[in-house]
Amino acid sequence: MMGIRLLTDKRYSARRYLPGIVLFMAQLLLISPQPALAEYGDVVLNKRAEKAGMRPVIFPHWFHRIRFRCRVCHTEVGFEMRAGSNDILMADIIEGKFCGMCHNNKIAWGPQNCPICHSGLPGLETGVRGGPSTGGPGKW
Amino acid sequence: MRRSIVERIIAACIGLWFFHAVQAAPPEVFAPDGPGRWLPILADGLHDPTGPGVHLLQNPSDALFYLPSSFTGNKVRWVEAIQEGDIEPIASILDNNYQMQVLDLDVMRTRTAELPMVLFPHKRHTEWLDCSNCHEWLFKSKTGATRFGMFDVLSGEYCGRCHGAVAFPLTDCYTCHSVKRSSLKKPVKELELHK
Repeated sequence: MMGIRLLTDKRYSARRYLPGIVLFMAQLLLISPQPALAEYGDVVLNKRAEKAGMRPVIFPHWFHRIRFRCRVCHTEVGFEMRAGSNDILMADIIEGKFCGMCHNNKIAWGPQNCPICHSGLPGLETGVRGGPSTGGPGKW
Repeated sequence: MRRSIVERIIAACIGLWFFHAVQAAPPEVFAPDGPGRWLPILADGLHDPTGPGVHLLQNPSDALFYLPSSFTGNKVRWVEAIQEGDIEPIASILDNNYQMQVLDLDVMRTRTAELPMVLFPHKRHTEWLDCSNCHEWLFKSKTGATRFGMFDVLSGEYCGRCHGAVAFPLTDCYTCHSVKRSSLKKPVKELELHK
């Protein structure tokens, strides 16, 4: 009964609810699908890069794990498994430590090719990025 | 007349919303054999398209399209890719003859509350990692000696060091929680299943 009264009663005309309808549509605008950004496991390294006037480094895990097993970097090269806990200086890389163990012009491109690694958008924060499944409550 | 104005406004709103939704959809990459599910380097929100070196980088779809597909993470089943020989990642950069030390030992973690129990396969992990990547600093070798919960994992500790960051994400609950409690005849503590 109530429903029929609501439909027939002139007090509840569409015009009266117009602001509500417009607001609802505005909300739809906000919740419409947003593109997922970055590839799963991409790491942004920006502890020092931007302060030194370079773009942040984007490290793609997917690219490296096709070519190397995890142990190569996380045992032989000595990277800790926590984004941000490896203090990597460009001087170390040029001396052949960290990235420089492969990025030495023999296994991969050498440290003189600055913009291939330093390719990130300015202002990115250090950390692991990825698709909709990353970025949980943790400290990745 | 009034009513048609209202209708027109609603129609305009729906049109706007649709336009917005279509515009916001990620640009799809097409690999040679079909549609891909990976964002190109230039549109992934991380790389600076104006950078001088970006055009030299490989797009994820160029490589990942050819590997066994999944729905989450990199959209790749990495363990399958290595077991089927689709990829042969180098095991060592210091020793050309280095062989991975694969351990074929499953560990069952039974205290998982309402969820199915967790079966941890050493084999799949040791095909990628060294023992020392997890033992003894993160996990003790003695079965059941390391106490941790899902909260730790979700906050990026223990399994969560990799799962949720680079290995398959924590939204794939039943990939780890894979053994139903009803499949055991009597309740057990932590189990080591030698093969």
